[in-house]
Amino acid sequence: MSLILLAEQLLNGLQLGVMLFLMAAGLTLVFGVMGLINLAHGSLYMIGAFAAAAVAGVTGSFVLALAAALCAAAAAGALVEILIIRRLYHRDHLDQVLATFALILIFSEGTRWIFGSFPLFLNIPTYLSGPVTLPGGIQYPLYRLTLIAIGLAIAGGLFLLISRTRLGIQIRAGENDREMIAALGVDISKLYTIVFALGAALAGLAGALVGAIQSVQVGMGEPVLILAFVVIVIGGIGSIKGALIGAILVGLTDTMGGVLLPALFKTFMEPSTAASAGSALASMLIYILMACVLIIRPTGLFGAKA
Amino acid sequence: MIDPVLETHNLTKSFGAVQASKNITLDLRAGEIHALIGPNGAGKSTLIKQICGGLTPDAGRVVLNGEDITHLSTPDRARKGLGRTFQISALAMEDSVLQNALLGALGAHGSPFRFFAPAARNRELRARAEDALEQVGLIDYRNVRTSELSHGQRRQLEVAIALTLTPKAFVMDEPMAGLGAEGSNTLTQFLDGLRKQAPILLVEHDMDAVFALADRISVLVYGEVIATGTVDHIRNDPAVRTAYLGEDA
Amino acid sequence: MSRETALNAVMVMGLFLVPLWALWADEPFIITLTTKAAILALAGVGLNIALGLGGLVSLGHAAFFGLGGYAMGILASHAQSYAPIMETPFLIEGTKSMPVIWVIAIITSGLAALAIGALSLRTTGVYFIMITLAFGQMLYFFSISWPAYGGEDGLSIYVRNGFPGLNTLDPIQFYAIVFVILMAVLVFAGRLAKSPFGLALNAARQSPERVETVGITSYKLRLIAFTISGMITGLAGALFADLNRFVSPTMFSWQTSGEIMVFIIIGGVGRLFGPVVGAVLFILLEHLLGGLSDYWHVYLGVLLLLIVLFARGGLIGTLAGKEISHD
Repeated sequence: MSLILLAEQLLNGLQLGVMLFLMAAGLTLVFGVMGLINLAHGSLYMIGAFAAAAVAGVTGSFVLALAAALCAAAAAGALVEILIIRRLYHRDHLDQVLATFALILIFSEGTRWIFGSFPLFLNIPTYLSGPVTLPGGIQYPLYRLTLIAIGLAIAGGLFLLISRTRLGIQIRAGENDREMIAALGVDISKLYTIVFALGAALAGLAGALVGAIQSVQVGMGEPVLILAFVVIVIGGIGSIKGALIGAILVGLTDTMGGVLLPALFKTFMEPSTAASAGSALASMLIYILMACVLIIRPTGLFGAKA
Repeated sequence: MIDPVLETHNLTKSFGAVQASKNITLDLRAGEIHALIGPNGAGKSTLIKQICGGLTPDAGRVVLNGEDITHLSTPDRARKGLGRTFQISALAMEDSVLQNALLGALGAHGSPFRFFAPAARNRELRARAEDALEQVGLIDYRNVRTSELSHGQRRQLEVAIALTLTPKAFVMDEPMAGLGAEGSNTLTQFLDGLRKQAPILLVEHDMDAVFALADRISVLVYGEVIATGTVDHIRNDPAVRTAYLGEDA
Repeated sequence: MSRETALNAVMVMGLFLVPLWALWADEPFIITLTTKAAILALAGVGLNIALGLGGLVSLGHAAFFGLGGYAMGILASHAQSYAPIMETPFLIEGTKSMPVIWVIAIITSGLAALAIGALSLRTTGVYFIMITLAFGQMLYFFSISWPAYGGEDGLSIYVRNGFPGLNTLDPIQFYAIVFVILMAVLVFAGRLAKSPFGLALNAARQSPERVETVGITSYKLRLIAFTISGMITGLAGALFADLNRFVSPTMFSWQTSGEIMVFIIIGGVGRLFGPVVGAVLFILLEHLLGGLSDYWHVYLGVLLLLIVLFARGGLIGTLAGKEISHD
């Protein structure tokens, strides 16, 4: 295997990681601040992608499409939070799981109703398509590099938001002590709606960005949702830093495992068996990673001790 | 000298810079009620957890009937004969009073790993459970859902569950908490008789109850036992008066 | 007789009589639908032991459902092609015998539940939900990427497996098998809930420290409950595969886990017949609403949402109310 291929895969892993981070950040914030487990987060990802595809189809503008994704997902998030989610904060996890599972059914079938069962396509704008040559002679798609840059920029922005702004202080207070934040005179229900909408917007953006390299279809959110769960479990639920590190760890493990394991197995197995055994193991690798992390630290890498 | 039933030797536990237990050495002798008092934050809960399981001390030992139980799990300690009640009732609220009492009998005298015959039809378990309910005066409530009991009755049920274990020693964490005058009186009388069955390490804020019941009192302040002795001894101990009773006396 | 008991009796009578009526009216499709409902109910009864009794919110029970299904698929496909599963170090051949398949499905899913439970039960709350979900996904992706047994396309079995003395291809005879198994498991689950084990498990859900202080290790209780639960769901998976004569990775998918959980919630968490009521209603809705609209999941979603928000305790809870069982 060449070094160039390896470097490409590293970048792919990084790209998957930062997109997972956009999903995981919202999930982990919502859990950390409101104590809610939200299975419908994947639906917000899907809504972002569909909004982007629809707007791009009409206007042809990728930037407008991204803006639409952000707005649609944030609006859907705020709406759902006000109508349904806020009734669930004081419920047990089982009720939360079921109610948000119900939301998935409603969102998925509703989207199928509106857009039909065929996938939509969101094209990469011409100014971002094609490869660029990186130092060392690596040819790498410009769009994927852009995704990495956007993801890292948002991660940085999120850290600034949480550490430097008033909203961030309220969020951190909400994570540590819910009563105190009410005592500080913060309007909690407004804060919750904002946090939920913020998480939704990030998920929607991720959906739109990834939608341009995959197809936009109903059900696209759930596989990502489950990966995002793995990410926040590894990182420690409630921790943004954990989400970032977990996301990149999962992205790299998944991508590198898919390439390296079959190659590794080929050194001592027949090529065809090696390929299938390697890819079968690779598909389970992140779950194995998660199990290992939890055996060593049952509350994740950066989770609060139970 | 009577051999102590339950002893702690130099128990020490720190959380970061805070020393919650400093060299705590206590003993509980057969037939006595040994009260442990101290202001909030003195480290009583931390000490109970080290005795009953849940927290491992940094140093020191916990001994029950001559056997070192410092590193046993909570269930193992219970099976060795440590009967504990909680400050905040820990009961299966959706179950009946009898089911809660049966649970105790089951843990200590039966096996929870029987999957077919109904627990309530097991004569031996049922007899133990009903006997304990009888003793605390809850027998007429056996079929009531636990969540429907009054606060005082829940405290009684806590004690009844501990009784079903037929323990060698009781550790009771503020059994009087939240009881009215009448409730405290009843429970005080009951505990008074109970010491014949097994000695009681009693953590309690209700000073009337403590002075009425205790054979000996230990005073815990900032993680340290500053005095141990009879009621009169403690009442008159100058160190105790300044450190603790001073506020009330 | 309490209202819940009466309701349960009605369910049993319904499950007994409806297929007989369908036989008389020559409606084999209704028999098949009832069979499907009964098998899904069985999967739910399994999950309900972990979820209702033990409070273990497992979002990964599809793992056991799928393992049961694949146990059937793998054994039957080898028997179908006369190729032994392995020859060294000793010979293992496929089989088309239902009882043998069931035993192997139960053992396989039980071992998997033991392993998954042993790891997952180190965590609690939301971590437990997610780690069980992840284990389910692990098997899902494995079943997709492992090509030997059909990979993504799944595995077809041409003839339903046999049961001594019965013609399993006759819908009513296959239903009879499923009905008897469901009833036997319900009796077992009902007794389990009142047994010393059920008492302790039930208490461990409500107050873990209480159980520990009377000398019972709650981890052990939960692990055994999770294992029993997985075994029953695995058995349901084997029957489900036999009903369809087909297994595919969908059985492992997390939507399957979600649906099994939905049966319990519709019916009522911790109620013996909760999953039965839920599964029957689910199949009924699927059949009725599915006929009205292709998008019946929207209605299902709304119904589920309403139940969670306003009718906690599910259908049985709403109809029979809260009652405490003695003895």
